[in-house]
Amino acid sequence: MITTASSQEAMTALRAAVCEATATRMPLRIRGGGTKDFYGNATTGSVLDPRRYSGVVAYEPSELVVTARAGTPLAEVEHTLAEQGQMLAFEPPHFGEAATLGGCIASGLAGPRRTAYGPCYGGVRDFVLGARMLDGRGEILTFGGRVMKNVAGYDVARLLVGSLGILGVILEVSVKVLPQPAMQLTLSFELEQQESLDRLNAWAGQPLPLSASMWHEGMLSVRLSGSRAAVMDARTRLGGEMMEPSRTDAFWTQVREQAHPFFAGAQALWRVCVPATLPALELRGEQLIEWGGALRWLRTSHTAQEVRAAAQQGGGHATLFRGEPTAEAFTPLPAPLMAVHRRLKCHFDPAGIFNPGRLYREL
Amino acid sequence: MTRSPESGDPAHGVDLQRQRAMVSALSEVLPRHSILWRAEDTTPYECDGLMLHRQLPMIVVLPETEVEVARVLQLCHARGVPVIPRGAGTGLSGGALPHGAGVLLSLAKLNRILQVDPRARTATVQPGVRNLAISDAAAPHGLYYAPDPSSQVACTIGGNVAENSGGVHCLKYGLTVHNVLRVRGVTMEGEALELGSRAPDAPGLDLLATMIGSEGMLAVATEVTVRLVPRPRLAKCIMASFADVGDAGDAVAALIAAGIIPAGLEMLDQAASRLVEPFANAGYDLEAAAVLLCESDGTPEEVAAEIEDMCAVLRAARATRIQVSSDEAERLCFWAGRKNAFPAAGRASPAYYCMDGTIPRKRLGEMLHAIQALEGKYGLRCPNVFHAGDGNLHPLILFDDGDAGSVARAEAFGAEILERCIEMGGTITGEHGVGVEKLDQMCSQFDRPTRDAFVAVKLAFDPAQLLNPGKVVPTLHRCAEYGRMRVSSGNLPFAELPRY
Repeated sequence: MITTASSQEAMTALRAAVCEATATRMPLRIRGGGTKDFYGNATTGSVLDPRRYSGVVAYEPSELVVTARAGTPLAEVEHTLAEQGQMLAFEPPHFGEAATLGGCIASGLAGPRRTAYGPCYGGVRDFVLGARMLDGRGEILTFGGRVMKNVAGYDVARLLVGSLGILGVILEVSVKVLPQPAMQLTLSFELEQQESLDRLNAWAGQPLPLSASMWHEGMLSVRLSGSRAAVMDARTRLGGEMMEPSRTDAFWTQVREQAHPFFAGAQALWRVCVPATLPALELRGEQLIEWGGALRWLRTSHTAQEVRAAAQQGGGHATLFRGEPTAEAFTPLPAPLMAVHRRLKCHFDPAGIFNPGRLYREL
Repeated sequence: MTRSPESGDPAHGVDLQRQRAMVSALSEVLPRHSILWRAEDTTPYECDGLMLHRQLPMIVVLPETEVEVARVLQLCHARGVPVIPRGAGTGLSGGALPHGAGVLLSLAKLNRILQVDPRARTATVQPGVRNLAISDAAAPHGLYYAPDPSSQVACTIGGNVAENSGGVHCLKYGLTVHNVLRVRGVTMEGEALELGSRAPDAPGLDLLATMIGSEGMLAVATEVTVRLVPRPRLAKCIMASFADVGDAGDAVAALIAAGIIPAGLEMLDQAASRLVEPFANAGYDLEAAAVLLCESDGTPEEVAAEIEDMCAVLRAARATRIQVSSDEAERLCFWAGRKNAFPAAGRASPAYYCMDGTIPRKRLGEMLHAIQALEGKYGLRCPNVFHAGDGNLHPLILFDDGDAGSVARAEAFGAEILERCIEMGGTITGEHGVGVEKLDQMCSQFDRPTRDAFVAVKLAFDPAQLLNPGKVVPTLHRCAEYGRMRVSSGNLPFAELPRY
């Protein structure tokens, strides 16, 4: 392992700050590049910036694993992988140049490639193999490892994905990576929402190399990724209009980074996650649909209660992603689940100093 | 050779007075036919697939509904009686080893497939449904359940959830944790929990990931929703021979470095090939030091192109012979040898001990040489099969279970392999779990604060610590003792065997 003097110093400083905060019960707001400040509930406390604890610690392309410190810029991780023809298969959104790997893991947000199909793809948690973290006592805990298969002890590394920093400071993560596809192309279809959902679900039941989908305003776009043979075969089967290859990357980056015009403006933006087969939501407002129908972005004037009721009725849940914080950001948990959350929080962070309230107000 | 888990009662005997009282209490919540307590009825449950450890349970219950499961748990919780959940009992680390003063909770009768939804590509099943039965039910829709542990004919999805089971196609298709969307379970207190959901990114912390691989210590699964995936149009398998195990290990790394993710990538050393060939007639090259099985799946054009690329890489990596399956029958034949490795070991030796560590792929060759050296040290043979694509080893230590010295040597041999896995930057279990078997090595792999965190996870779900107690997380005392022994004796030399 590469341990430079500066990373050692950075670690010492992080530990000292955590121990001090626990001793004085003064909350800490863990914040790297601050690109995802909007996500979750508002939190208080003095900023703990882990960005000095940075750098790729280990990367061997033939092991398909990269280990990097949490403060490493996400762009640096992706660049390192790209040089070897590999990638983070969950295609995480950056939401700004300052995004760090730690923030990517803590927010647990995946991009277009997290489709409902494709065995190789998945969410952030599907690729996390191990993690090191600082708990509220200033102890360094090491979960999982750097190998593909590991069932020694409970899987706390994946528990950190999407935890929004409430359990502690993520220090280092090991992530499974994948080779970049040999070929990608994008097909577009003029289709209404329900017809798009029907097609997407039908395609998902067939062995096709679909790696992303996006529907908005009567236009469905799907990305095919894989070997040349598989992509060309699927292109013939699916039909549609092929997007100019030079435009493809920019198009999906725009979707991933929410630079698409749909995402502009101040109206509340809801992230509604549902089973992909759920028919079109009967809610007013504009929608943009990803992940084969499983992710429905919604801009609406409906109340939180109305949006959540519709999502829950459909077997899903709704997050107030951006906009005025008129409600808890995340769908409230049933009491028995919240009890488990509370006990976990209490062990990892006995003084309640880490990002209080960011995931749920009572945590 | 029999050892009870550390929190358990002595291995022998069941307290008959306690047993009577508990049977009578259970009769209030379960039909009489669902409660077993006579030794002749409970003996079949005294061990799981790790037969080195045996313990008669006080009582066995076989509930038929989630309500009955919850009632049993509530009752046991109220009386402070430990509960050991059990699926098909095929586990290889003693995760379902009974507790002498506890109730063994068999989920065998919760065996219904509740729903197969081809449009949503999901199946919702009860925990006692067999792994292969899910794929059989999905087959008419061109779908299947991807994780395929070698025990898939017998093992149940509830057990797969408990162990985070893998199989021979994990590198491309993932483990149980990647293929289960939702688990409904009941806590020790008898409360129902929904973890995960049919929609992505269920709110709150990812407790589904914590539940999967938790070895039945957090909650009892009563319903599991799995993801089904479309069956590829075609699959072909390459069988490649190598004159040296190091070359075979390098070939694995070379394939992945070339940007190829094989659908399956397995390795057998010469001893393993020779072990299985008379049994399976797979056509393995018995002169090769190692045989690699490398599978491609997809569209016919895709498979043709990928097989060509794979063969080129394997040739460059000094393969001495390459054979590509010409049809489905031949492909299945190639796999038959690999999938029958465990039964073949059982035939070739009075008993075998299957280990399960994972190491970085690049160290496969080095590990094989180390195991060969240990064969001499312990005077036991050890053929090896590997999930090479995942770096997951399954050394099969052949021993004589009628000879106490042979048993002790086998256990020490296994323990030393696990310690090597940790030294090589790997882990003591890739897919079989810790159970009672690897409690000592948990002390080596994880430091005290991390083990304390595991205890906290356990307590978050089961504050009374009654659900499958004594498994997975070693006590401080045990680690202290193991540490002393290792310090006094160096790296587990043979001389320390009397501790067994």
